[in-house]
Order: sequence, then structure tokens, then C-alpha cells
Amino acid sequence: MDFGRVLSEATPLLIQGLGITVVISLISIAIGMVIGFVSCMCSLSKSRVLRAIAGVYIWIIRGTPMIVQAFIIYFGLPQVIQQLISPNFRMDAFTAGVITLSLNGGAYISEIFRAAISAVPKGQVEAARSLGLSSMRTTMKIVLPQAFKIAIPSLVNQFIITVKDTSILSVIGLADVVNKAKVYVGSSYQFFATYILVAVCYLAFISVLMLISKYVEKKFNYDRKGNN
Amino acid sequence: MTEKVIIKNLHKSFGELQVLRGIDLTVNEGEVVCIIGPSGGGKSTFLRCMNRLEEATDGQIIVDGTEITSPKLDINKIRENIGMVFQSFNLFAHLTVIKNIMLAPVDLKKMSKDEAEKRALELLARVGLEDKAHAYPHQLSGGQQQRVAIARALAMNPDIMLFDEPTSALDPEMVGEVLNVMKELAEGGMTMVVVTHEMGFARDVADRVVLMADGSIVEMGTPEEIFNNPKEDRTKEFLARVLEAK
Repeated sequence: MDFGRVLSEATPLLIQGLGITVVISLISIAIGMVIGFVSCMCSLSKSRVLRAIAGVYIWIIRGTPMIVQAFIIYFGLPQVIQQLISPNFRMDAFTAGVITLSLNGGAYISEIFRAAISAVPKGQVEAARSLGLSSMRTTMKIVLPQAFKIAIPSLVNQFIITVKDTSILSVIGLADVVNKAKVYVGSSYQFFATYILVAVCYLAFISVLMLISKYVEKKFNYDRKGNN
Repeated sequence: MTEKVIIKNLHKSFGELQVLRGIDLTVNEGEVVCIIGPSGGGKSTFLRCMNRLEEATDGQIIVDGTEITSPKLDINKIRENIGMVFQSFNLFAHLTVIKNIMLAPVDLKKMSKDEAEKRALELLARVGLEDKAHAYPHQLSGGQQQRVAIARALAMNPDIMLFDEPTSALDPEMVGEVLNVMKELAEGGMTMVVVTHEMGFARDVADRVVLMADGSIVEMGTPEEIFNNPKEDRTKEFLARVLEAK
């Protein structure tokens, strides 16, 4: 066990990997939020078709392990596209990773939004409607701002899960921090020190996320505001 | 006198449950009608049908000559002229007091932002809360919240105001401040329909009192007639119970 040696040898590699972890997490969280929002709007829409689409999507994502989804997208999907559309189609691990994580996060975020929207008291909607606001304007001006505030803690939780889930993608060859560590321990056999360092990387990244979320939560905390 | 609201043979059911069993009522311009009666008698449901927060099952509601029960109608336009005040205030929790009041006039393009702000401050002064313009609803007492809710409803310059048990969720010492605002409004000539348990208010302010029970109007008349010479047994029984409790 030689922390000094691991620190000097592995750090540059792990930083590289952490960069990939951070970038893929942030991109996937952003896309996942968009997918989640759209899916939530579908599941709350009047159209039975849209509701069914959202329902099936969430059912499949929640009902299958992410590693299987990643295999289907990384190994399976290119095969289908090669046969049907373009024989030269290639998909790199990063793209497959972003697709997997976004689809995965989107399904859970959709449910978080849905729960948050239904947690907005009905009286808020009635008050807005009684003033003459349309259903659409009521959603935009009253329901969504309040639902977002309610959703923040669960969203942060989901973001953290997405960050951690990136580590699973090392199995499809994503050059993230876990993958880099695997390569390094393969030649150095410094398992303990290396993986402690990997853990520190995640801890640091997630701590930053939590700090940001605390700030956002405070900004949106209208039912505590001005009480000092 | 002009007829503001005409209700004909109004029925409302929730599934099997019949809540309103044929209500007929006409409210004239500038009139204050108080609806009293036992809980579960359909008072609130009746009031909520008047701006279609509840859809009537059968019957007609005509507001300012427009049949509002017809499905083709743009109910949002009608609602701009009917203010509503709720038992639980329902102030928008994420907005300050002044933004609560400004929201509808600005969003519905009735007023510019500056006009709406000026109007909101006037209304707040009228309900005695100009110093609370930038507070959030949770920082106000129940009575203050309800006064803001009245100001918010008035911001759209409605010519009819509906009150759904506006003082029932208040601590007793705050009831007076809300009733005073309502009284001033009535004196200013506003057409008002008020569902209430405040018999004192109904007696002093109402032009007409309606007693509802079991989804029907049992009796209606001037406060004098209802409180001093009730004709129906159901009315006598109800009044005996509420006045005894006081």
C-alpha cells in the first residue's frame, strides 16, 4: 500500500477520467431534465396516446437494469442501424453513455415532476382559474414554479444517482474515472489506494453538486423567505 | 333593477350523489345575497357553479345576459368579471402580496405593469395593508391573507364577487377585519353572493338571505323575514341551533 506512489502516478489519469465523469454527468442530467419534463407533460396530458407513450417509456426504464440498457444501446442499436440504414454506422461509448443515462434519468425525473405537480395544492389552481387565467397560463405561472420548488430535493437525489451511475458505463468502455483506475491497478496492483482515490473523486464532485443545490433550494424557498 | 345573475333549475351531482336539486335564484345588480344553511347542504357547490369551478349537471346560469353553462363559451373571459374569495385564501405562495394582486391584470393584458402596480397599491390601501406589499403570504396572519385575497379578486375590476365562507378558516379575533372590508365593498354597490356562517353579517349587510339545505333553497327573504319571522320549520330549526351556539 503506497499512497505516495499512487498519488503521483495515478492522479493525472484519474483527473482525466474524472473530467469525463463530470462532463457526461452534466450533459446527461441536462438532457434527462428535458426528457423528464416532456415525459411528465405527456403523462399528465389529456391525450390517451401521449399518456400511453410516457407510461411505456417509464415502465421499460424502471423495469430493466441500466447495464442491460447500456448494452442494448451500445452493442445492439448500432447493429440494427447498420443493417437497416447505414453499414458504416458507429457509436462511441460516450454517445451511448449519454443516451443511456439521459433516458434513464428522464424516466425518474418524469415521475419526480409528476409527484411535485400533484403536490401543488388544488386551491392555487382554482384561485388562478377564478381570476380568468387559462389552464395553460395557470400551469406556467402558478403550478410549475411551485412544483419545481417541491421537486428540488428529489431532483438533487436523482442527479447524484446519475453521477454514480456513470461508473457502470465503464463496462462499455467509457473512459471515466473507474475505467482509468481499472487500467492503472492492472499494472500497479495498488487496489486499495487507487480505489480510495476514486471514491474521493466522486465524493468531491457530488459535494460540489450538493452545495449548488443548497443554494438553489434557498433561492426558491419562498415559504421561508424574509423571515430573519 | 338589472338582473346580474339568473340561475334556473340548477342541478349538480357527483356520481350518484345529488348535491344540488334544482336551484332557482336571481341576483340583481348591487345586491348582496347571503347564503346560509347547514354544512353539506350544497352552498359552496352552488357558489362554485356560478363561475364554473364546478360544472353544473343540468340547468342554466346566466351572467350579464350570457349563458355560461354552454360548452362553446370562453369561460375565462366571464371569470374576469367574477371575483372569487375562498375559505382557505389560496394566495399564490411563491409570489409576494403585490405580485399576487398584479398577476392576473398583467398576464391577461388588462393593464400595463405600472398601472397594475398602482392599482394594487390602491387596493392594498383600501384593505389596510399597503405596508405588506412586499411580504410573502406565509408572513401574514389569516385575516391579512384574506384581505389580500379580496384585493387580488378586485384587481380585475369584477362586477360580481363570490365569497365562499371567507371567515370560516380564521381565528375569531380576525373575523371582524375581513367582514369590515366586505361591508365596505357592499356599501360601494358591489354585487355580492356570500356563503357564510356569520349570521351577524348576513343580518346587517345582506339585502336578501337564502337558506339552503339538502341541495335545495328552503326559504329566502330579507334578513328581517328570515331571522325574525322564518316560515319554514327547517329554517327555524337551523337558526335555533346556530343562534343558540353563539
